[in-house]
Formats: sequence, C-alpha cells, structure tokens
Amino acid sequence: MKPLGWRAALTQERIVFFITLALFAVFAVTLNGFLAGNNLLALLRSVAVLGILGFGMLVVVLGRGIDLSMIATMAISVAWTIQLVATGTELGLALAIGFGFALAMSFITGVLVAYAEIPAIFATLAMASFIYGFGRANLITGTDVVYLPASFGWATHIGQGRLWGIPIPVLLAALFALLVWAFLKFSKHGFNTYNIGDNIMAARVTGIAVRPTIVLQYMLSGSAAFVAGLITATAVQSMNTRIANSNMIYDVILIVVLGGVSLSGGRGTVRNVIVGTLLIGVLVNGMTIMDIQYTIQNVIKSVILLMAIIADSVLNPRDEQTGQQGDI
Amino acid sequence: MKLSNCIKAVALAALGSVAALPAAAQDPSDPFRGPALSTLEGKWVAYLPISAGFDLAQAWGGVVKEEAEKYGMRFTIQDPNWVTDAMSQGMTSLIAEGPDVIVTQNPDTQSLARLLMQANRKGITVIQMNMQGAVQTDAYVGPDYVGLGRQIANLAIEKCGAGTDTSHKISIVQGVLTGGVSYFQVQGIMEVLKDRDDIQIVSSQAADWDASKARAITETVLQQHPDLCAILDMWDGQAIGTGAAVKQAGLADSVSVITSGGGAKSTCDLIRDDTFDVVYNYDAPGMGRDAWTAIMISLQNGGGGKTKTQIFSPAWPMTKENVDKASCWDPEIYAKRLR
Repeated sequence: MKPLGWRAALTQERIVFFITLALFAVFAVTLNGFLAGNNLLALLRSVAVLGILGFGMLVVVLGRGIDLSMIATMAISVAWTIQLVATGTELGLALAIGFGFALAMSFITGVLVAYAEIPAIFATLAMASFIYGFGRANLITGTDVVYLPASFGWATHIGQGRLWGIPIPVLLAALFALLVWAFLKFSKHGFNTYNIGDNIMAARVTGIAVRPTIVLQYMLSGSAAFVAGLITATAVQSMNTRIANSNMIYDVILIVVLGGVSLSGGRGTVRNVIVGTLLIGVLVNGMTIMDIQYTIQNVIKSVILLMAIIADSVLNPRDEQTGQQGDI
Repeated sequence: MKLSNCIKAVALAALGSVAALPAAAQDPSDPFRGPALSTLEGKWVAYLPISAGFDLAQAWGGVVKEEAEKYGMRFTIQDPNWVTDAMSQGMTSLIAEGPDVIVTQNPDTQSLARLLMQANRKGITVIQMNMQGAVQTDAYVGPDYVGLGRQIANLAIEKCGAGTDTSHKISIVQGVLTGGVSYFQVQGIMEVLKDRDDIQIVSSQAADWDASKARAITETVLQQHPDLCAILDMWDGQAIGTGAAVKQAGLADSVSVITSGGGAKSTCDLIRDDTFDVVYNYDAPGMGRDAWTAIMISLQNGGGGKTKTQIFSPAWPMTKENVDKASCWDPEIYAKRLR
C-alpha cells in the first residue's frame, strides 16, 4: 500500500530538518546569546570537521560501501605530517607526504573492496587497525599526541584563521560540500556511484567501470580525512592519534544516516549530510550552553537519532522492493 | 723484564683483582645492602599503564625500567592502548602468570578494583600510578589530587574572588568523570568553592581527556561569558584545547587557564606562548622515581600488600615567571627507553 501523499512528503531528511528548526527556535527563545552571530559561527565551526568527514563518507556509502578507517587515516596522516615538520622537513613537502600517505592508504582500502571483493565493513575495519598500528609503530616516534611546532607557519590558519570574518574550517566544509555535490551531480564517476550503489550487477552489465570507481570513492574519503585532520590539528595545536580509537567514526555515520542517506546505497545527497550535521551542531551547542553533562548529551543524541529513524519507518514503511536491498 | 714475564705479571695482577671482587660484593662495611639487593634480584616487574603511548606513562615506565634492570630485575610492558577491556584482560593474565610486582594505572576508580585485590591476595606487589582506584594496594604513587584541587580552587579565589575587579565567573573542564585525576581534583575544588558566594561556576563539563572536545566546550562557554575570569582544566593534555579556544577568542590576557600535568617540554612551551597561565607540575620522571622507591619499600617488607602506602608526589605551580627554571623533560627520551 502506498503511503498517503502528505506522509510520503515527510522523508527522514525533512523530519530531521523540522526537528532542527524546532530546536533552533526553542534555543533562540530560551537561551541567552544563542542567536548571537559569533555563537552561530562557533556552532558551525564545531561541526565543520564532522561535516567534511560526513561528505567523504557519503560518497562511499552511496556506492553501498562504508569507510571505518577514516579516523585512523585522519589521525596518522596528519600526525606524521606534523612530526615531519617538527624534525625539519619543509612544510609543503611534509603536507604532500601526509596527503600522499592518506591517498595511498585509501587506495589500498579501495583495491581490497573493489578487486579483492572483501566486504567493505571488514576491509575498512582491518585497514583502520593497520593504519593506526603501522603509524604508531613506525611513523610517530614519540608520544601519541604530536604537538604543532612553531615552524608550521601559515598552515596553522587552516584551523585557527578567519576569512571575511568566517572561520576557515566553516569555509573549507562549504567548499568540500560544493566539490562533492559537483562530483555527484556532474561527473561521470559521481553518476556511476549512484548506479553502483543501486545495483552493482546491473551497473557492471551496462559497461560501467565499477572497480576503478569504487577505488576513487575511497580515495575521496581519504582526502576528506586528511583535510579534516589538518583542521583538527591546527585548531588545538596538536594531533591526538588516540582519536583513532574513539567513537568519532560513529558520529560520522550518525550524521550521514540521520540526514536520511540510505546505508544500503544509491540514495542520498549532500543536502542530507548538511541537515544531519546541522541538527547535531544545534543540539550540542544548545546543550553545552545549558551546561548539560557530556554523557547525558550522548544519551540525548542517541534518542533523537532513534526518533528520526522510527518516524521514518512509520511514515515510509519498507515494502517488498526496498526490503530486497542488500546489507552493507 | 722479558715480554713473557711482563704478560705473566699483568695476568697475575688481573687474577688478583678478580679474586678481590667477591669480597667487594659482600661489602662488609654495609651489612644491609646485601639483604636489600637480594629482595630485588631476579624479580619480575610487569608494567601495565592505560597506554604506553603518552608522556606520563613513558616517563614513569622509563625510570622504573632503567632502575629495575640495573638491579638484575626483569621488566615487561603491556600496552592496552586506552582500551579498558584490554587492560582488565591484561591484568587477569598477569595475575595468572604471577609477576612479583605490577605497576599499573587505573582507567577509573572501579574497573580494576577487584583484580588489584586479587593480585595482592596472590602475593603480588601492586603499585597504582597517578589514578587512585577504589582499593588500597601496596602503594599509590601520584599527587594528592584532592589537595591539588584545593590549591587550584584557592588560586582561582585569589585571581577571581571577592577582592578582585573581575566578573568572578569561572568554568571547569573535567576529564573522564570517573577517572581518579579528574574526580579527586574536582572534589577538592568543590570542597573549597561550595561555601564561596563570590565565585560563580558558570559551566562544569567533561571533555573525556580530549583536547578537541575541550576546545568546543570552551568556545561555546566563552561565547556565553566573554567576561569569564578563569578556566580550571584537569589535565594539560586536554587543556591544550581549552587554551587554544581562549587564545583564538583573543581573550588570553583576561581569562586565566589553570591546569596540571607532568611537566613535559610541550607543556613548558605552551606556558611560554600564553596558552596556559598556571600549570601545577607533578614532574612525571619524579613520579617514576617515587614508583621505584615504592617497589623497593614493598619488596623489602615482604611485598604482596603487606605495606599500604600513599606516596604523594610533590607538585608546584609553574608560570611564565618560573618556567625557565623548571627542568622540562623530553618524552622522546623516555619513549626510546621503553621500546
């Protein structure tokens, strides 16, 4: 049975968007200073890193994959870059080496998934452990926190600077959103990403170069990880490689799923990720102003995610056809 | 003298000095040295910190390893890499293997409590580093965190209290809520501040020892209270995010960032560049020395929980004025020693 018209219009994305608007309105009325321009910029700034990681994850998820190695790539590639600079390597070269490392690692991940046909969840989980372990044992020689040296120069502005009064991380997140949107909308590989996620066999039969496209998806997510890592590190003047073990990867998946991107691939846009990111941003900012403890914040975050998913499955029940989508 | 005679004479002299060696080892002038050494010789020290990858753990382990090996002891290290489960598994297998000494660090007050008791019951000496757990073992080695919290609170009163021309507002950035370092420091701070009407705590949030979280929390708090007087952060490794938020908001001159840590080189650099205003330095290599002292005391008194000692390592406030006199240490040296 088809849902009624108004119900079909209430997709998960819209539900989340309305929740965001409602929270925004409530906070704007009840919390002093919430609406201040600087607070709104701080709100955006605090979720910029998450957003960039989310856009990278989006491309992979659209191709019916998942990248659990993003945070490890982010931590190790940037920590190595910082260490290279601290030990005398020229800044530009160190950045290139770090970025090259992120690309190489995500290339291997892509090959494991596309050519060796290892399920993405296992391939990327294993790669996450490998990247972190290899990096800590061979690349990062001192402590697991690598501090930014003074010679990091102009690159410190990536996380700390402002352009036209707007924090650079926010601008970078916007730029990344634009790039991923253009990639998905206008490029051949972007278009094929949807086709592969929708039905990989059909994509192959119609002559799409499935395997190289999948490798490209992972390399895009590796690039997102490097940029997000640079922002994180320059904002707090250090890279803490421990975040590879944190639950940050779940926060990334959360904002992707929250906005309504389907984990079974083929459905979702940049807009979904933006909506998911904004909800988390508004929620966390409001709760911090209210001085709600971090552990309780996590509980509230999960409850809101559950509400969004339940609302979606009530309003848009799974039918025979959608039920046949493969698992991740 | 012929060459062969010469060689003979040298050989005789060498033999004589070798024969004299055992007599020197018995050391008749110090009757207590031999028995003390015999309680150490051949013993096994197992080191199980939360992670072997961070500066404090490297300094403690580096010092203990060097001393232990000097006295003919075996030193092993396990690295659970911040995973509490892996740590309790490591502790369980250590209890089964039975080293003579376990030097460990509690991830929080509860997780290892029963295992530590079990180890003591098996006769293993247990030294707890920096994070006091819910049970008392042979020794706790680390600052008196409740006392440290009080000192920090008094400093906050001095900087932001009734007599000062400030907003009297302070905020607290906690670590892991149940972690000893955070829990006991906050306890000390609250004991002092609870009856003070002149200090207003506008925010008290946990950042889970994560600098990025500390940065996001502080950025929001500063938006709400740009007239904030001081921020008390429970660990310098986390406070780097707090300090970065203050600095980037352009408030480094008006908002004091007060924290505590082991006094590594990076911390001293951060005091010099105005990220931190005051850091209570508890000198991690010094704590390593205290841990070694605790091991010797315990083994010489029979080990396995027979002596129960709180060894409070000294801590002192480090500021821009005295930081150059401080001997800030390089974690790389201790990291190499542990490898």
